[in-house]
Amino acid sequence: MFVNAAVASTAQREFHSGAAEQRFSLGFLHEYVLGNYRDLYAATLALNINDLNAATIVINLLRTARDATAGQRAVEGRLIAARLRALPPQRVYAVFDRLRRLGINNRRTRAVVRDWVAARPDPAFDAIKYRRGLSAAARHAHLDLPVEVGTALFDWRRAKRYTTPILETWRRAHFEQRALYDLPYTVAEGLAARRGIDRARFLAGIAPKLTGGERLRLQDTATRHGVEAIGMDLATTPLTRLAVYALSLPRAARATRRDELTVALRAAARRTARRQAGTWGRVVAVLDDSYSAAGSGVKRRRPLAVALATHFLLEALAADYTGLWLHHRGDPLLVHPTGATGLGERIVDALELRPDRLVVVSDGWDNDPPGLAGEVLRVWHARLDPDRATSVVHLNPVYDAGTFDVRRLGPGVATVGLRDAEDAIALVELARFAVGGAGFDELRGHLAARVEQFLEAVPQREATP
Amino acid sequence: MTATGGIDLTGLTAAPAQTWGAIQLVPLLRPDPITDLRLHARLYDTEDESVVAIGAQKAYVSLIPHAFVATWTTDATPVAAYGTQLREPAGADPEGMRLPFRRRMARREDRQRLRFLPLHLALEGYLTLQFGGPPIAWQEWTRHAVTRGLSPRVEASYAGAAVAGLDDALRLFEIHPSQCGVLLYVAGALAAAFVVPHPDDYRSLHPTLLKDLYGEQIFQYAAALPPDRGDHSVRLDDTRVTTLSGLRAQISQARADWAHEHAFRAAGLLAEEHLTFTPVQRMGRFALTRFLPPFDPTVENHIGEAITDDTGRLAYLKTFRLSAAQTRRGHLLSQLGKHDWNLGATAATLKTDRDGLIQRLNRAGFGHLVRPEHQRPEP
Repeated sequence: MFVNAAVASTAQREFHSGAAEQRFSLGFLHEYVLGNYRDLYAATLALNINDLNAATIVINLLRTARDATAGQRAVEGRLIAARLRALPPQRVYAVFDRLRRLGINNRRTRAVVRDWVAARPDPAFDAIKYRRGLSAAARHAHLDLPVEVGTALFDWRRAKRYTTPILETWRRAHFEQRALYDLPYTVAEGLAARRGIDRARFLAGIAPKLTGGERLRLQDTATRHGVEAIGMDLATTPLTRLAVYALSLPRAARATRRDELTVALRAAARRTARRQAGTWGRVVAVLDDSYSAAGSGVKRRRPLAVALATHFLLEALAADYTGLWLHHRGDPLLVHPTGATGLGERIVDALELRPDRLVVVSDGWDNDPPGLAGEVLRVWHARLDPDRATSVVHLNPVYDAGTFDVRRLGPGVATVGLRDAEDAIALVELARFAVGGAGFDELRGHLAARVEQFLEAVPQREATP
Repeated sequence: MTATGGIDLTGLTAAPAQTWGAIQLVPLLRPDPITDLRLHARLYDTEDESVVAIGAQKAYVSLIPHAFVATWTTDATPVAAYGTQLREPAGADPEGMRLPFRRRMARREDRQRLRFLPLHLALEGYLTLQFGGPPIAWQEWTRHAVTRGLSPRVEASYAGAAVAGLDDALRLFEIHPSQCGVLLYVAGALAAAFVVPHPDDYRSLHPTLLKDLYGEQIFQYAAALPPDRGDHSVRLDDTRVTTLSGLRAQISQARADWAHEHAFRAAGLLAEEHLTFTPVQRMGRFALTRFLPPFDPTVENHIGEAITDDTGRLAYLKTFRLSAAQTRRGHLLSQLGKHDWNLGATAATLKTDRDGLIQRLNRAGFGHLVRPEHQRPEP
């Protein structure tokens, strides 16, 4: 249950509940699990939870370090270090900032900050791109930084010249327009605004320095300003990001770029599936395109995008795949959130195809009629498929604040939270715990195994940056 | 002229309800939409209180949040959106006045359009009930009652935005692709019914439900009663299922049960020989009528307006549920009217005496119609 929440919830506004509700509900859940199952809480860091929840867990563990036994602390310390290395740097600096605001400055916290910063490949780069974050962390944890980095952070005007190239470029960019274009985009943007550089010219100049995420974000801006240099490399964009982008386009644009987008989505799905491609046998998916899949203003069409990404991922994973949308027929790329959620009858359609696996992607608000999907699956398991030849998994991209969990279809249905479609493969593994059939000891065992894997895997990943 | 009957929902199918808190919305689907009558909302710029003039002297005060325009063709071709056809009616609405007069509620704007304010037609029907006052100048009635009638006659209603939870319920409601109407329940009580000819109309008018008028009872129910925590999910009988087609049969059975239950729950509105219809206007093959309930305090009482075509198929429907006090007032007035405002005869029908009737009139707010010397001070 907590894992579902930690995977799916981002404390943002959803279709059915506001941001405040989500934040409150999630905060309570964290406190509850931390207070009652501390070791499980820490072990969650080893799972594919989302960045927000990973950050919250790290903060909560450091905040309450005094309650942990020595053995727990050792494991927690390794988990925190490993998880922080896997998080994007801006998230980690936000964690450090939050620790500073909360006044948490125990020896362990300082060690965590010190080790993480020491492991960063280039402190000088961090000093300009994450200037505020690094300076806060340095002051809070009394870090030893290279001399020039320290000068750049706290008294940059004093130095006439830096020997570190990136710091020197940054210094010159304050006075010279050309140097601007050698800086990271986020840094250059502020300086360019201060210099009053024309937006279109700036975007054209900075284009080579953009990261993948920035490119994706700037697509619309680039079109508006007529900058062609910011091409997007659809081949490297992650699957869910790509699906979100595709659904952000108007339907007409999707139709004209259909081949390009479909090829990119298929390629991304194959990349995600890797060795497992084609091994899942006969798969049928029931995908929710009801009105509630439109998400909210801050998560526009997120549930629908996750469903679309899962569609392509399952297509890559399965030997024989059929995707059934609730309302939409034809090209999945043109799907549009509309209508009620009649999951029940669509699940019967899916079961008629006798799949090995049935995957349902929905926010779980089954309302046409209410609860039919759960009933159909109950009857299916009780009467028509007692041996469970078909494995049924419900993937839910939306955290339900009221029940402190993702919304379930029925008591006997395995439901797991889902943030990015990429995680679906691993989450389907977890799904057997979600039914409630597996015991608590078994869950502990599984988590212990995952923790081992995680702690072994992360340093290796870090070794080849 | 008038006729009695019930609302006939033939051609509309009830789909399962969507619940949010105390509010329950039952979608009505129309597989075969009406294409030669289309409705559109005309939103007024001001939400000031307006005085709607119904001929001389007859003005009642009520908030008019929005009005509808009926676009209609004689052949069966679908009508394009209203905005492309009509010029801005700037001349009709004097700007800058705090109380813009809206003219009569149903009138021909030109040959192709009928404009009416939703529900006001029905409210007009209710408010003008026995509006003229006593036809025979019985000695008990005051001079004012004989010459002026019930004017001014005022009833209160609540805007949808004031009904707790209705905004969220409407926002989260998932509109079916073929949906042409909705039944709105608050805490299990039928609050309003709304039917339009075409799904496109419904989609554009769905948000206007929030701006509609609702009776006092609905407001109180939504505010005071706890949200519906009941389990409305379907149950399938698994002992009778051996194949997938059996499962399908069970599902359609559940759907049929649902439709039956819905008909039972909406009986107050749908019952036969229950409502009194008064035709207001005919246009092509469509007829606009308003209806009044029997004013029986023991059952639900809905006033409303409807458009039916020449085959009797319902094209448009909008209802308003009267509160118990409003029902009692309507009951008194209709009984008085039936006996030509003769106090003795009316009292006999109501199984009371003259003093009892006068007391009831007093409590209903009609005391000013009776001469003071005929009123005995209440003990």
